[in-house]
Amino acid sequence: MSIIVRDLTKTYGEQKAVDNISFDVSTGEVLGFLGPNGAGKTTTMKILTCYMPPNTGTVEVDGMSITENSLQVRKKIGYLPENNPLYHDMNVLDYLEYSAQLHGLIASDIKNRQKEMVHVCGLEDVRHKDIGELSKGYRQRVGLAQAMIHDPDVLILDEPTSGLDPNQIVEIRNLIKQLGRAKTVILSTHILSEVQATCDRVLIINDGKIVADGTPQHLQEQFHGAESLTIEVKAAVADPLQSIAPKLRNLSAVSGVQLLSQTDGIHRFEVSAEKGSDIREELFKLVVKEKWVLLELSRKSTSLEEVFHKLTTAA
Amino acid sequence: MSLSNILPIFKRELRSYFNSPVAYVVIVVFLIILGWFFQSSLFLMNVAQLRVVFEYTPLMFLFFVPAITMRLLAEEKKTGTIELLTTKPVQDVEIVLGKFLAAWVLLLATLLPTLLYVITLMSLGEMDFGPVVTGYIGLLLVGGVYVAVGLLASSLTDNQIVAFIMGFLFVFIFFMFDKVLVFVPQGIASTLEFLSVDYHFSNIARGVIDSRDVIYFASVLGFSLLLATVSLERRKW
Repeated sequence: MSIIVRDLTKTYGEQKAVDNISFDVSTGEVLGFLGPNGAGKTTTMKILTCYMPPNTGTVEVDGMSITENSLQVRKKIGYLPENNPLYHDMNVLDYLEYSAQLHGLIASDIKNRQKEMVHVCGLEDVRHKDIGELSKGYRQRVGLAQAMIHDPDVLILDEPTSGLDPNQIVEIRNLIKQLGRAKTVILSTHILSEVQATCDRVLIINDGKIVADGTPQHLQEQFHGAESLTIEVKAAVADPLQSIAPKLRNLSAVSGVQLLSQTDGIHRFEVSAEKGSDIREELFKLVVKEKWVLLELSRKSTSLEEVFHKLTTAA
Repeated sequence: MSLSNILPIFKRELRSYFNSPVAYVVIVVFLIILGWFFQSSLFLMNVAQLRVVFEYTPLMFLFFVPAITMRLLAEEKKTGTIELLTTKPVQDVEIVLGKFLAAWVLLLATLLPTLLYVITLMSLGEMDFGPVVTGYIGLLLVGGVYVAVGLLASSLTDNQIVAFIMGFLFVFIFFMFDKVLVFVPQGIASTLEFLSVDYHFSNIARGVIDSRDVIYFASVLGFSLLLATVSLERRKW
């Protein structure tokens, strides 16, 4: 079930919430929307789910336009809105039944799907309770169950793990990954580790525009700056700045050396090298030649956090 | 538009009335007040008549109906569940109709116990059933119009108290049209009278169901529901 988004723009008054966005999502892909608050993630999702139309641009879900075949498109989509709104006066089973009915499921299917969702989302213990009495974690699961009750081809989840504890987050992520194999999943988040853990592809959105598009690994490599290594050696020298640092600096590709700390003959340096170079082997050989003792050698990779920070604070 | 979409919304809404104190408070308070008027005419004035039911009920609807309808859409907007509802494969007009029917049926449930008065009076003497039947039909039509107008008020805001006050104002205007006739020029008076709910209701309650009265109720009701649907679609503007 592919989603094709072309030149999507949505303005609220003067402000452009979404500014000329285009992207494709294909079946079996888990796409993550990443961006600071107010970047346009939620607005994009509201357009995809037919809650409101865009000012300009088109969205096609499985070849059907969201404006012309809105009802058909909505049948295929399961949606967990931001802040997970729920009817607090309904109990869990009734609510799932209600959602299923609105999706046009027949009575016999509803019972089966209800059971399955209660099982998949771990709602056995609370299935007869009113939603208003549930903890935030359970409510989030009810929201997910509701989104998946009609076995949709497309799942759109706005911050699916907000309010969950770490164990639940892992569970939900696994669930999303599992679902993502057969379905098309779009989720938004501002938790970067979540993107790395669940998404096949990331769209970083800032000020209504797509500023990066690719796999998490690809983005990390693309925005990787100079190489940076931390090295810790033990050597009986009086002044490491005089005796060790110059030797490090003499290696090819090294652009800078900085002493981080020194205690009891243990010296810690940060070594920067040119982008794309790998000086670990040379460093090791140098240490052996000088008869220092190598305690630590580690390469710092650019995290998605840094990529995100770079891209969304540039302006 | 399909019944299979309207029905779940109708059922949820009705169940929500009866799962909360709303339905019981409305029914009990309504019956207490109406019962007071009924017994005072029966025992104090020694007149056995249903006129009190048909006289006071439209008046009480002025307060009760906006109280029933105020939460219908305003609450969903406030809590955000409207987003869940409108992203389901359901048309906006089906949402409006489902909610309208639920409030209307609650009103019907409120009127149902007043049939006891009819039974009481039957045992006291001969009764002319014509005006009684048309009177109840009239009450349902008045109630239907008020529910539709109240639902429109609820669609305009996400605040239930604002929805109540606006709903009350709207139905009050429909109620007052024929009460201000002496203050307005002759030319407008007949138009105002025709717009008045009470004028058409009293025609029907007299025992004659005239198509003009039915058309009036149907068109005000339909137009209000249409406006409520349009108001729900405002999110798309």
